[in-house]
Amino acid sequence: MLKVDRIQVGIVLDHIRAGNGLRIFEELGLAGREYPVALLMNVPSTKMGRKDMIKVSGALDLDLTKLALLDAGITVNYIEGGQVVRKVKPGLPERVVGLIRCKNPRCITSTESYSPSIFILVDREEKRYKCFYCGEYVRV
Amino acid sequence: MVKCRGMIWEGKKAPTLEGRHFIDALDFSPAEYDALFSLAERIKSAPAEFSSACSGKVMATLFYEPSTRTRLSFEAAMLRLGGKVLTVADPRTSSVAKGESLADTIRTVGNYADLIVLRHPKEGAAKLAALYSPVPLINGGDGAREHPTQTLTDLFTIVTYKGRLENITVAFCGDLRYGRTVHSLIKALARYPGTRFILISPEELRLPDHVKEEVLALRKDVEFHETTRMEEGLEGADVLYMTRIQKERFFNEEDYLKLRDAYVLTSEKLKLAEEDLIVMHPLPRVTEISYEVDEDKRAVYFQQARLGMFVRMALIARLLGVA
Repeated sequence: MLKVDRIQVGIVLDHIRAGNGLRIFEELGLAGREYPVALLMNVPSTKMGRKDMIKVSGALDLDLTKLALLDAGITVNYIEGGQVVRKVKPGLPERVVGLIRCKNPRCITSTESYSPSIFILVDREEKRYKCFYCGEYVRV
Repeated sequence: MVKCRGMIWEGKKAPTLEGRHFIDALDFSPAEYDALFSLAERIKSAPAEFSSACSGKVMATLFYEPSTRTRLSFEAAMLRLGGKVLTVADPRTSSVAKGESLADTIRTVGNYADLIVLRHPKEGAAKLAALYSPVPLINGGDGAREHPTQTLTDLFTIVTYKGRLENITVAFCGDLRYGRTVHSLIKALARYPGTRFILISPEELRLPDHVKEEVLALRKDVEFHETTRMEEGLEGADVLYMTRIQKERFFNEEDYLKLRDAYVLTSEKLKLAEEDLIVMHPLPRVTEISYEVDEDKRAVYFQQARLGMFVRMALIARLLGVA
């Protein structure tokens, strides 16, 4: 079994669907960071069978607003003094920039690609977002 | 991304319209609409007092798709305020033909003009343009999505003829599925108490559910009555808003022809309506209102176009902070 040391201060992203870890690693821009980061893939899990995990040491200020869109099952564990001090199931962000592509072929973003897509949450239960530009609805 | 001087109104009340953009019919609050209509009424009553209000100001009209009425209405409005107009009526003769992005065009034109009016075939184009515009930007229509100054025109027409926007019963007739003027006007009217909508359309062109949902989110007690029979819908209406069945929305000619003449307003049918009804239409009309109706005192669609010019004058003056 592969061992990664317990971290003293940082964030552990747990319960990532197996195979989804690398995408989340990239979306969070963890590759260019100066602090230690571990991406664990296919970790045995009682609940999930296999799962991915990301451990980020020394940082508590990551922008995690996208997480719920990338993987609804993730748990975010905040670590201080080697202990989990807070567990969070991330909710859907109110505003998503650059992650969802508008499927409306008549939307201005289909031709003016330099401008990032912007989606606004309109229904949390239904997981429905609305394109800021054209008003097209999308379910995530 | 440049920081724009104006801002898109997203639920927050801005203290003044000066420097703001006008992208969506709901960008302005009912109170701000009321103030605009008061100014439009003053301009209509005494146009000479405003004939040099925009002296020294320049408005650019960028039209990426053909339009006669909207462009001329805006240009007439600015000229009557004493301002000047720069026009790109055919983008094939501009830098757009060289592949310039909308953002770059807007930023460049913003150096020359104090105000930009944009019409674009893509939905949401005005919202994107507003993010880059250093001067107030007015949406002159973006695809099938929004045409807020038509809504302004429609509301001002109702205020002028009915004296109120509250407790109004408006019958919409024709293409309620694709008609952007219908969607915008319904949403704008829903903010006033006592609004009742009669929706007359063929099954194929019914008002989309998402529009109803948005309206009910604005006000839960809005009443909708749907029918396929024009005669039924005319009873008790204060306003009849006719729309054209748009040929360009159909994939085949046969479907269009089947629905084109579904509703034709004639003098005979108007006999069923109230004496103080007003008949409105965003124009152009095709076959949906017969020419004999033009003589009826209840037909106000050409005056509606004239009122549109006055309310655009008020809008321009307010965005530029000159009145």
